[in-house]
Amino acid sequence: MAHLPTDASRLRAEFGPHLNTAPPGGWDADLRPERIVETHCCFCGQQCGIKLKVAGNKVVGFDPWEEFPFNKGKLCPKGVKRYLQGAHPDRLLHAMKRTDSGFVPMGWDEAMERTVTEITRIQETYGKDAFAMLSGVSLTNEKSYLAGKFARLGLGTRNLDYNGRLCMVSAGAGNKKAFGVDRAANSWEDIPLADVIWVSGANVAECAPITTDYIWRARDRGARLIVVDPRITPLARTADLALPLRPGTDSALTNGILHLLDKWNLVDRDFVRDHTSGFEAALEAARDCTPEWTSAVTGLPAAAIEKAARMWGEAATSFLLHARGIEHQSKGVENVNSCINIVLATGRIGRPGCGYATITGQGNGQGGREHGHKCDQLPGNRDIENPGHRAHICGVWGCTDEELPRKGLSAQEIMNEIHEGGIKGLLCLCFNPVVSLPDSTFTREALEKLEFFVSLDFFLSETAQHADIVFPSALHEEDDGTSTSAEGRVIRIRKAVEPPGDARTDWEIMVELARRLGKGKFFDHFTSPEAIFQELRRASSGGTADYGGITYEKIEKQMGVFWPCPTEDHPGTPRLFEGGRFFHPDGRAKFIPTPWRPPMEVVDAEYPVWLTTGRVVFHYLSGTQTRRIGFLVEQCPHPYVEIHPRLARNLGIAEGDAVSVATRRGELVLPAKLVTTIRPDTVFIPYHWPGNLGANRLTARNLDPVSRIPEFKVSACRLARTTPDRFPPELLELMAAGKGA
Amino acid sequence: MVSEEFGFFIDPQRCIGCRSCVAACAECGTHRGVSMIHLDELDRLASTQTGPTVCMHCEDPICAMSCPADAIKRTEDGVVHASQKPRCVACQNCELSCPFGVPIVLPGLEQMLKCDLCYDRSSVGLKPMCATVCPSQALLFVPKHEVAALRGSKPLREFRIGALTIRTRNAIMVPDPEIPLNLDASILIEGDL
Ligand code: SF4
Ligand code: SF4
Ligand code: SF4
Repeated sequence: MAHLPTDASRLRAEFGPHLNTAPPGGWDADLRPERIVETHCCFCGQQCGIKLKVAGNKVVGFDPWEEFPFNKGKLCPKGVKRYLQGAHPDRLLHAMKRTDSGFVPMGWDEAMERTVTEITRIQETYGKDAFAMLSGVSLTNEKSYLAGKFARLGLGTRNLDYNGRLCMVSAGAGNKKAFGVDRAANSWEDIPLADVIWVSGANVAECAPITTDYIWRARDRGARLIVVDPRITPLARTADLALPLRPGTDSALTNGILHLLDKWNLVDRDFVRDHTSGFEAALEAARDCTPEWTSAVTGLPAAAIEKAARMWGEAATSFLLHARGIEHQSKGVENVNSCINIVLATGRIGRPGCGYATITGQGNGQGGREHGHKCDQLPGNRDIENPGHRAHICGVWGCTDEELPRKGLSAQEIMNEIHEGGIKGLLCLCFNPVVSLPDSTFTREALEKLEFFVSLDFFLSETAQHADIVFPSALHEEDDGTSTSAEGRVIRIRKAVEPPGDARTDWEIMVELARRLGKGKFFDHFTSPEAIFQELRRASSGGTADYGGITYEKIEKQMGVFWPCPTEDHPGTPRLFEGGRFFHPDGRAKFIPTPWRPPMEVVDAEYPVWLTTGRVVFHYLSGTQTRRIGFLVEQCPHPYVEIHPRLARNLGIAEGDAVSVATRRGELVLPAKLVTTIRPDTVFIPYHWPGNLGANRLTARNLDPVSRIPEFKVSACRLARTTPDRFPPELLELMAAGKGA
Repeated sequence: MVSEEFGFFIDPQRCIGCRSCVAACAECGTHRGVSMIHLDELDRLASTQTGPTVCMHCEDPICAMSCPADAIKRTEDGVVHASQKPRCVACQNCELSCPFGVPIVLPGLEQMLKCDLCYDRSSVGLKPMCATVCPSQALLFVPKHEVAALRGSKPLREFRIGALTIRTRNAIMVPDPEIPLNLDASILIEGDL
């Protein structure tokens, strides 16, 4: 069913991506703003404050919002140019259905009826769980919460998961194991107070640009910086210690550090005794991780490992940050826990200048992992299999335990099950799995097997192109709500303009679908985002992610409220774990032993080079939005493969040459970018593009056993110089566009 | 008037190459759609170092001296303005003579444009757009006396170019030589290929 309705180039011609390069009316129109709306950037997890200039029903520009405390007016180029997505020619304005010759507009009512009929047919034929839902974490908290409730009670399926599964779930799982709660331990204000900053697997400059400022502020006071990454990123360039380790060996390094901290007596024994458990077992797992062993595994000099252990161990205050580099692995959770182990061993957490955080990647990645649109979770970070947790949510939702589905499949597993034929229908909301899941050929095959696929999106994403019905939904600036930043700060998203054409907000679409599915009694009271937030507050109350005391007014007054915030007179909690109190019932943090094991795919004679993937500063995730914004595309029009000149020389590859990069899943032909800033045994491809340009053609569906996150960051590949006539046509188009810029 | 108190400091060491400055400059009210900042990858093969170039606002601006139409004015507050449209003959002398490579004469526009420190913003107490958005404070607009406390590095306002000594309103932060610049991953690791 869900084959592309027409060929991809025709879809591109009709639905883009086309480039928007100027504000509505062009640069000369110089529209005077009628209103300024204080809101936040729609992209990364830092959720920078920004002011949107509005004229008529259009966003016509931006202004820095210098009073907002997190970013104080600073923005990356995505934030500056985000306003250009608004009046974009590619916006979907009508509901559409697929026909043999492409998509045609249809009435809203007909689209709704068809969708409800198909959902009902599939569920009556194959069972409730044969209809699955995938949602995104660029959604507001309100929509995330509603997505969880809509899937469970509206659709009655257990198979709901979210694209946070491709982002921070390893951090979340590791944090829960160690601390009993899943949130950055500190607000970023503790970073400038730290004497040493450890950054593992995070290209901070490109993926979290505002965080560089916090790190520089620490360094201005003399703080030292250790950066662990196979590439020497712009932040690592000036680090006191750059550790370009072999991909997939992160926990070997941190185990090696733990080993040395103990050996050199740099462990805070009092803290470990009074506030933690499991230290001996963690140490035992690191017993053989001598500098020589660690060096052999990581490919770093033993002296550098010792230097890192000294720098980290001897500091008075410290902050450890990590991101997808260590989390996107089949042992992502172990990597996270091995980092936490070195934080706990030095007792430097829960006080000024002493902290730990994952740098949440997606816009509402933090909030999205709290409100129950994960397959195993209910709002307030509750466990869907815990009878007490279920009872609380049944109470808030007014449903019985039987009506509330149990744990379902995770995102990649849903796709696997679609491929297997067990899941027949899918609703996809703000998620572009064709680009963002690993092994994209497999993903595409899976979508083609669906009997019915409905998509809610504002642009026709590469995934939505496979849909039977597409509902035009609303952009970030077209709805109210809240979002929770990487710091754990709940902030207000303010509506600036009305959705154009027939487009409606995701929550309105979900509520209407639920009503038509006969489940109105659970959803009819949701007449505004704030009404949804009120129920979210009650649902989260008493959970670890407690929003009970947060109101829209309080967020506005305080410029954000850090959860937990259990009561209305509670100010919120910027710094967790003060006084060494953790969220486990015994109040202690847990060391988790992390014996090192290799990645699921390792290099061999056939595929001798490590492949890793990641972001560039100009694009956001699958590029649905940023590949439509002229300025951003001009700065980085197409993917490439970063190769160290030494490796390139061995293979006869020169700058700009066509290079075939092949793994067991597929092959890409991309231009070579020769840089000394990457390990000579590793290559890097940015992942924001679809189809023949998609790094995820190459990555594997290997999952972390706990977090079910795919191992995007470690694959084995082989490279060969090839001829430019093998460049895919899409690449040539983009290269030409890039040159014209 | 831009307060004499305030200085513009450029710290290339901190630049992360994000081009936020370039993006934001083009959004400023005076030269909509055109950015006055140049951002260069210095040598991407060897380093991720990037270099932002903005007008240095010279005390004796060569661009103005070389202008046959007297179109480039420096105000008392030390800001060198873009060419005055009615006077500018788009001869490109300024473009060729500026030792920092700043002015732009756009084909079709027939006027020299350059950074004017976002005069519409800086003359009313706001920071220039680029310095406001720059995520890592590589571009910084702060009271001059604050910069020492904010940075280990030193502001440089005097440049020797050939026989010329050029003094500027804007300053370049000269990095602390102690900070190592590790540029090749292969020399940071042991031979493990
Ligand atoms: S993408 Fe992230 S860093 Fe850039 S402006 Fe938006 S929130 Fe800020
Ligand atoms: S830097 Fe160039 S453009 Fe700016 S004032 Fe000096 S000479 Fe003129
Ligand atoms: S905004 Fe700042 S960090 Fe980014 S390129 Fe410009 S000067 Fe460099």
